[in-house]
Amino acid sequence: MSNKQHYKITVNGKQEEFLAEPRELLIYTLRERLNITGPHIGCETSHCGACTVTIDGKSVKACTMFVAQADGKDVTTIEGIGGPDDLHPLQNAFKEHHGLQCGYCTPGMITRATKLLEENPNPTEEEIRFGMAGNICRCTGYQNIVKSIQAAAAEMSAAKEAAE
Amino acid sequence: MIPASFEYYRPKDMADVLTILEEHGDDARVMAGGHSLIPMMKLRMADVPHLIDLQDVGGMSAIDITSDSIRIGALVTQADIIDNAELARVAPILKEAALQIADPQVRYMGTVGGNVANGDPGNDMPGLMQCLNAVFTVVGADGERDIPARDFYEAAYMTAREDEEVLTHVTVPKPMGGYAYEKQKRKIGDYATAAAAVQIIKNGGTCASVSIAMTNLSDTPIYSEAAGAALVGTTVDDAALGAAVAAMLGDIDPSEDNRGPVAFKNHVAGVILRRAIERAWSRA
Repeated sequence: MSNKQHYKITVNGKQEEFLAEPRELLIYTLRERLNITGPHIGCETSHCGACTVTIDGKSVKACTMFVAQADGKDVTTIEGIGGPDDLHPLQNAFKEHHGLQCGYCTPGMITRATKLLEENPNPTEEEIRFGMAGNICRCTGYQNIVKSIQAAAAEMSAAKEAAE
Repeated sequence: MIPASFEYYRPKDMADVLTILEEHGDDARVMAGGHSLIPMMKLRMADVPHLIDLQDVGGMSAIDITSDSIRIGALVTQADIIDNAELARVAPILKEAALQIADPQVRYMGTVGGNVANGDPGNDMPGLMQCLNAVFTVVGADGERDIPARDFYEAAYMTAREDEEVLTHVTVPKPMGGYAYEKQKRKIGDYATAAAAVQIIKNGGTCASVSIAMTNLSDTPIYSEAAGAALVGTTVDDAALGAAVAAMLGDIDPSEDNRGPVAFKNHVAGVILRRAIERAWSRA
């Protein structure tokens, strides 16, 4: 039985329109239909956070949302946060502070961290660890991820002050 | 992981939701944040031919605080609970519990209504709502009815809500005294090995009244009247704590699973309840 529906989703500022079955998980829509492969599939069971995207201002695991639920919504993935020529301060900080090893969890980590710093621009180490608890990394032991987020927070705060 | 195919509905008002439920009976399910239902559908442990997404139905997203009670709409998320400063002031146990549920991403999506209506013994809000003596309001074709949280849970995933009814909001009497939600879990994001919700009122150094409920230690949450009775009138000393734990252990009925054997769960339940009472008492 196929019951394809017409959906419209804004991804990284671009409106996408397509036909899909409502049961399609958003992570597959992004990766396989729209070729937006930054968000990764790690566990596919809502635990690891590798598929984290931002939807209408919330950090969401894209493996745990049907495409039908995302119809009409505004989705941001790592591709919408920064690219090789215009790194986001978080991306730069992960690079400078070795916040990644294999890199598989990194798009989800950084996407989640953008939202964390939006809600709490100067988090303590404990607040970072608690706020990043939905993202699992099997390489780093998290120490350098925390350092990277702290460094980005400092840089973003300094840039904001300089602008004011 | 691909769930079975389903018809998807996103109605804009409750009348349409009830019409779809009436038409399809238990072939239809309502969904709020979906973070309990979608994983079950992906595993094909839940078969939902007709899925009703409540996100566009109005009137269920507010937290209304009056002089004597708090009304929480079914679509209020755990993140909404955590972010509401006024709620944290009048009923801090709600925030303390919400912070121990799942992880940040899940708390943006997971709702109070879903957590209490689902009937999963692992969910934290059911025990908390029994401790707070909350009332759940459900609506069906014949109108609204209120069901006390302490009468709502019948067995795992079996509740007093009928298939054609929707839980719309939870009403909590404004809590008094000291509070604690204490939870032992293997890792962030896990369900409780054991958890305890305690509200306690101190009067002149003795316990005037107390409410105690336990999570994930039976196929329903357990409101332990006996544990409370063991504390009332005491100074909450070691003997009273021991009596409360013993009474609670008589009310729970844990089963062995990957969180441990029964003896371990009873042990953890005792440790957690003792900590919860002590913390609540220190805040009373």
